[in-house]
Amino acid sequence: MTTVADSFARRAGAGPDLSGPVLVAAALFLAGLIGLPIGWIAAFAFSDRDGAPTLANFIRLLEDPTLSEPLTTTLALSCCVAALAALTAAPLAWMVARTDMPGRRVARVLMTASFVTPPFLGAIAWEILAAPNSGILNRLWRDLTGAADPLFDVYSFGGLVFVIACYTAPYVFVVLSNALDRIPADLEDAAGILGAPRWRIVLGVTLPLALPALLAGTAVAFLQAMTLFGSPAILAIPAGFHTITTKIYTLFQFPPKPQIAAAAALPLLLVTIALLWLQARILGRRGYAVIGGKGSAPRPVRLGAWRWPACLLVFALLALPLFLPYMALLKAAISRLPAGPFDPANLTLAHVAFVFLEFSQTRDAFANTFLLALSTASAGSLLALVVAYVAARRADLPGRALEFLAMAPIAIPGVVLGVGLFLAYTRGPVVLYGTLWILFLAFLTIELPAAFQQLRAAFRGLHPELEEASRILGAGRLQTLRRITAPLLKGGVIAGWCLIFIGTVRELSAAVMLSSSTTKVLSVVIFDLNESGNLGAIAVIGVAMLLVTFAVVGFANWLTGAAGGARPQPT
Amino acid sequence: MRNAILAALAAVLLAASSARAQGPVYAITPELEAAARREGKLVYYTSIDLKVAEDLAKAFERRYPEIKVHVERNGAERQFSKIGQEYSSRIYNVDTVNSSDAAHFIFWKREGWLAPALPDEVRRLYPAGSYDPEGHHAPMRASPSVIAYNTTLVPAAEAPRSFRDLLDPKWRGKLVKAHPGYSGTILTATFQIGRDVGWDFLEKLAGQQVMQVQSATEPPRKLIAGERQVMVDGNEYIVLLEQARGAPLAIVYPTEGTPMVIGPSGVMKNARNPNAARLFHAWSFGLEAQQLAVDAGGLRSFHPGVKEPAGRKPLSEIKLMKDDPVAVEKDVEQIKARYLRHFRT
Repeated sequence: MTTVADSFARRAGAGPDLSGPVLVAAALFLAGLIGLPIGWIAAFAFSDRDGAPTLANFIRLLEDPTLSEPLTTTLALSCCVAALAALTAAPLAWMVARTDMPGRRVARVLMTASFVTPPFLGAIAWEILAAPNSGILNRLWRDLTGAADPLFDVYSFGGLVFVIACYTAPYVFVVLSNALDRIPADLEDAAGILGAPRWRIVLGVTLPLALPALLAGTAVAFLQAMTLFGSPAILAIPAGFHTITTKIYTLFQFPPKPQIAAAAALPLLLVTIALLWLQARILGRRGYAVIGGKGSAPRPVRLGAWRWPACLLVFALLALPLFLPYMALLKAAISRLPAGPFDPANLTLAHVAFVFLEFSQTRDAFANTFLLALSTASAGSLLALVVAYVAARRADLPGRALEFLAMAPIAIPGVVLGVGLFLAYTRGPVVLYGTLWILFLAFLTIELPAAFQQLRAAFRGLHPELEEASRILGAGRLQTLRRITAPLLKGGVIAGWCLIFIGTVRELSAAVMLSSSTTKVLSVVIFDLNESGNLGAIAVIGVAMLLVTFAVVGFANWLTGAAGGARPQPT
Repeated sequence: MRNAILAALAAVLLAASSARAQGPVYAITPELEAAARREGKLVYYTSIDLKVAEDLAKAFERRYPEIKVHVERNGAERQFSKIGQEYSSRIYNVDTVNSSDAAHFIFWKREGWLAPALPDEVRRLYPAGSYDPEGHHAPMRASPSVIAYNTTLVPAAEAPRSFRDLLDPKWRGKLVKAHPGYSGTILTATFQIGRDVGWDFLEKLAGQQVMQVQSATEPPRKLIAGERQVMVDGNEYIVLLEQARGAPLAIVYPTEGTPMVIGPSGVMKNARNPNAARLFHAWSFGLEAQQLAVDAGGLRSFHPGVKEPAGRKPLSEIKLMKDDPVAVEKDVEQIKARYLRHFRT
């Protein structure tokens, strides 16, 4: 025991040379994790059925309208979603972060909670709410107004934009509200002293300062909309159109056409990389304004008579991703007709009984999902910790390269990664398809960047002086690590762990490609049940899945303690 | 002396019958049951409605409590993709399979994926020509794809009588249908409708703002929910089951003919639980399972001993379109491409 500590201390005395081998190992692992699937996609996209090099797949992508139309539809969809998400999230974030609106703390927690809702579950809930004829809201609308036409048709392009925006707006909200928290009050005060009216301060000072964050969040919303699979699969097919992700999925119908699928996946990858590059440039150029502030705490804007209307607006908006869908799911779970009238004759426990007593996949799917979520979260946060540690200690080129590798998966849409992993691990030498390992690798890759960002932020907030002080006062390096560094990092690690856990439970786009009948996860089970219209069973499984997720995340946050509260900061 | 001759004759007959047992024909014997119990489980891939599939599995487990049935339900076309994917990765997960697209069995048989396994009961009782004499598949179930409507939304006098009736502008935005890219029932039905009613009908139908769902089990559920008034296609068995539960649905057997969809079953050659698979396969063709499929599953059966519940129109009184899995197997890519052109998904 002492020898280990001694050698650790001796080596520590010579500087952070532990990072050398760790760096190499982590870099190799990450390179393999990401390089293998992407390499296969590139190889397939540029080859024909016999493996000879060709550009024919791309030519077909442009010439065949059944392939090019989904591409343009997807781009239009992503633009609309990004705009809608930004327009709703921006005022919301401002009211929550910068005003004295009542209930703003609750609103913030609820907004973050809508992350936990898988988008595909939200889409199914919105089917129950807003199917043109049977949807609960449309029925109410007809009863109230006597109108013949529905208020809102969820099976349409606009319906899909709305439902996706419901679950991407929280990304914009969190990024923006965190940035608004950090904007110091003195700049606004200066404008106020110089006599600017309140609306001019907001538009002239606050907004420009928050603009980089708004753009960054909007870019994330765009990417989310572009790469989402579940919501379009549920809503676009009844509406009669394909997005690129649902199209890629149909290309895997037997006999599969992986060459075309790979070619169709590459544009997604290119758009993502371009957008991330743009985002980095915008943030890099404008970010200094906020950091340059003197750090005085932001003072809330007084809304006066507008306090309660603002509060009402915020909670009305929160009804869209949260209250309404959750009510619809709870109702469907115990109703014979999911969207039927509220009356006791419509109540039943048949769906609950079916899911937990008859349906033979329930137990395995729950076990698989939470086993994968726990192991991916644990392995992922450990990996992120190691990479963040090395990256924080080394500002040189290898350190930055490692950081790039850890962030690279953010540019790979789930469907694309699913295609790549499928191609990589269904042929030799290592066949992982049909095992939980392939899902583990997929989830680890997809979720790594979020956890890494979380931990990088935690390391950046950690002043080396604290560790140095501890060392000067006579503590060993190991003791410093245990008593100073670890407690300070705990919040970040647990926040990263939670992000991975939630992300794994709600992942569908890669899982639907990679799970087999013995390795089904809940998201795929729900997707299958939706295809045959078993809404009641979906609602029961969905509610149970959310309850378990909330319980685990709540427990993890309780571990952090009230003071070190882990607030996930999505990318 | 006479007894000796009889004994010799019996011995010859016995030898002959056991020689036949070397072929695809087999019966449920205590040896098979014991071997199946030792395996203890089987994986059943099926495209039948989930609840009906789980009911069948539970009935089998009640008969053989030591053997667990793992049900994997998917639309027939997705199931076909899945098995294709798994077999190309040498994953032999499925033991016995049932599909609403009979064409799949032609493909699987050609690829050599199916085991010759013809339950004795099928050979003795099922109509000749309904099963593969080499034992690779036999008709476990049948169910027409029917037109149906919600009786609270559509008065009987207004209801359509034929496929062509559905082209009436009054049905615009009121129809729902399932998807041939997903459902084997609908792929088969689409082929038969295209052949007997004409592809021009489907092309015009696409202009009626038809709501598209995936599985053939879903259109009746959209009618019950009141989301649409009339279904163009979908499983008769789901409509029958829902009617029995009191749902306001009525069936129309169109004047042009009703598409007939046969759902064969087979045992996989590479089954990891071959004995349990054969036991379940043979059991599923027996009177107990077939009657259950008819009573609790709303299905049609080829077993002559099965009694049709009162109130169901006998198949003999329905003008049925002829099923032709060989042609479906040959034309499948063309059917899907044509459908995609008209319906955009």
